[in-house]
Amino acid sequence: MKMSYREALREALREAMSADSRVFLMGEDVGRYGGSYAVSKGLLDEFGPDRIRDTPLSELGFVGAGIGAALGGMRPIVEVMTVNFSLLALDQIVNTAALYRHMSAGQFSVPVVIRMASGAGRQIAAQHSHSFENWYASIPGLTVLAPATVDDARGMLGLALADPDPVLIFEHAQLYNLEEELSADKVSEIRSARVRRAGSTVSLITYGGSLPKTMAAAEMLAEEGIDAEVIDLRVLRPLDEATILASVRKCRRAVVIDECWRSGSLAGEIMARIAEQAFYDLDAPLARVCSEEVPMPYARHLEEAALPQPAKIVAAAKAMLGK
Amino acid sequence: MNTSLATGPLPFARDFALQLLEDMLRIRRMEEKCAELYGAQKIRGFLHLYIGEEAVAVGSLHALRPVDNIVATYREHGHALVRGLSMQSIMAEMYGKREGSSRGRGGSMHLFDARTRFFGGNAIVAGGLPIAVGLALAARMRGEASVTACYFGEGAIAEGAFHESMNLAALWRLPVLFCCENNLYAMGTALSRSESQTDLCAKAASYKVRTESVDGQDVAAVYETTCRAEQYVREGNGPCFIEYRTYRYRAHSMFDPDLYRDKREIEQWKQRGPLHGFTARLKQLEMLSEEEFLALDAKVGAEVERAVAFAEAGDWEPIEDLALDLCAREANK
Repeated sequence: MKMSYREALREALREAMSADSRVFLMGEDVGRYGGSYAVSKGLLDEFGPDRIRDTPLSELGFVGAGIGAALGGMRPIVEVMTVNFSLLALDQIVNTAALYRHMSAGQFSVPVVIRMASGAGRQIAAQHSHSFENWYASIPGLTVLAPATVDDARGMLGLALADPDPVLIFEHAQLYNLEEELSADKVSEIRSARVRRAGSTVSLITYGGSLPKTMAAAEMLAEEGIDAEVIDLRVLRPLDEATILASVRKCRRAVVIDECWRSGSLAGEIMARIAEQAFYDLDAPLARVCSEEVPMPYARHLEEAALPQPAKIVAAAKAMLGK
Repeated sequence: MNTSLATGPLPFARDFALQLLEDMLRIRRMEEKCAELYGAQKIRGFLHLYIGEEAVAVGSLHALRPVDNIVATYREHGHALVRGLSMQSIMAEMYGKREGSSRGRGGSMHLFDARTRFFGGNAIVAGGLPIAVGLALAARMRGEASVTACYFGEGAIAEGAFHESMNLAALWRLPVLFCCENNLYAMGTALSRSESQTDLCAKAASYKVRTESVDGQDVAAVYETTCRAEQYVREGNGPCFIEYRTYRYRAHSMFDPDLYRDKREIEQWKQRGPLHGFTARLKQLEMLSEEEFLALDAKVGAEVERAVAFAEAGDWEPIEDLALDLCAREANK
C-alpha cells in the first residue's frame, strides 16, 4: 500500500492513541488547525480536545508540562512545531527530561516523546530552516530518532512511546509529502542503522531529509561505475557504531552527509568515531557534505547552494576515488 | 517592617502544634549541622540553607496529603525532610554516599523520593513550574484527586517559565498550588531591583489565578492559609498562588559573602524568627514548658547525630556504576 510520510505519522498517532488511553498529543495548532504540517488532521474529531490538546505559544511551558505529565503516569506526545522553536524549550528538554532518571538514581523516569519538524529546503529562510538534531544527539539520557522513510514514520512512534525514557523524533519538513510503499513488516526496533542501498566502493552515511538526496547521488555514482553503499542512521543517539563500522570496513571509504552546519555537526562525531576505530581500514581520508556555514538564505538558488545536494555528494565520493 | 510576633490561640490541637515545632526544629538543627559539615569539607558543592524559612515548608506541607505531588527547588532540604525523606538519606546524599536518596548523584540540590512523590530538587530557577503543571494535568486526566504543590522563590517570577506555567494552569484549570517563598532576595538581587511590579499576587492574578499572601514566619498562619488554598484547588476550581513572606537568615549559598543586605535588616527579621516565635506562643498558651522544649531539642539533636553517623559510615558508589540510571535500556552514547 502506498502511503505518504505524513499519513504514516498520522496512522502511527491514531494507533498509539487507540491502543493506550495514557497517550495524548499536545502542541501548537495540533487540534483545530490540524497540525502545522497537517499530521494530526482529523484526530481532534476522533479523540477530542483533551487528548488532541491545543496549547498556547509557550514552548518552554508545554514541553515542560509534557515532561511533568510523563512523570505523572501519562504517555504524552509533544509536538513542537519546528526545531527552531524547540530552542525556547531547550531548558526543559536538557535540564529535566534528560537528567531526571540519573539525578534521582532511577526513582523517576520521563517517558515523553517530543516530535518536531526540522530542516531547510522550502525557502522559509534563516529562522525557520535549522537542523539542530546534532545538539540533542550530544546529550546523554536522550534517544534521538530521524525517520527518513514511510516505514519508519509509521513504525517509530509506537516504539518511542514504549521507551521509558525521553525520545525526540525529528521529521524533516521535506519528507512529509514523500510517498512510498508501506512494507508488510512493521519496523520493530529503534536502535539500529539500516543499509538502504548495498554497495562496495564508498559508504555514504546519512539520515533524515538527506537520505533521498544521498540515494539520488548513489544512482548518479552507479551510472559512472561507482558502487556506493547508503547507510541511513535512523537513530542519532545512541549511534549504531557496528553498522557504520561494518560498512566503512567493507567500502574502505566514507562520506558523511548531514544537513547540520559543518562545525560541531553530527557528521564530525561520526567521522571521529570512524577515525578512532577504523582508521587503518580506510583507503582515503574521510569526507563530509554539510550545510554551508551561513544562515539559510531565502532565495532559491542561494538556499540550494547552501544545502547538501546530490552533485556535492557525488563530487566528494569521486574525489575520494581520485576521479 | 512588622516586628511583632503572632500571638493568641491556635486553630489546632497541642499534639499537632508540637509536631510543627518539632519539624521546624529538625530542619534548623539539621541545617546548622550541614553548615558545620561544610566547613569541615564533608559536604561540598553548593549548599543552600533554608534557615529562617522553616515555617513555610512545615506549615504548608502539613496541609497536604500523601497522594499529592511536591516539586521543590535547590533550597529543598527542609521540604524533603518534612515530606518524609529520612534525615539519614538526606545527609548521606549531601555526603555523596550511595546510601543517599539519589545514591550520591544529586547532592544537596537534587533530593528525590518516589515513595513520597517528591519530584526534586530542581536547580534551574522556575524549572519546576512547568513540571508541576504537567503533573497536575496527568492527575486530572487520570482522574486522581491530587494536588501538585510547586515551591519556588520570588526570583522565579522574572522567568518566562513562571508566566507560561501560570497561564497554562489557569487556562486548563489544573490543581496546582504555586507556593512562592518570597525571601526578598534572588541571590543578591532585591525584589525591588528586579521587578517593576513588586506585588507578586497581582502578577498571578493577572492570569486569573486565585491568590493568597501570608506571613511566612508564622507557621500557624502558613498552615491555615495553605489548607484553605489546598481545598480550593482540590475541589477543581483551578490553581492558587500563595505568597509566603519570609526571609533567609543565612547567605544564598556557602559561596555568598552576603554583602548586599543591611545587617540590621537581618537582625530585625530574626526578631520574628519562626522557631522562636512559635515556641514563645506555645509557652504563652501553656502548651509547652522550657523543659519540654529542651527535651524536644535533645531528641532532634540525637536524630541529627544519627544522620551524620549514618552518612559517615556510608559507602561510595562504585565508579563502574557511573552510567547507571542514565537510561532504562542499554548504553546511550
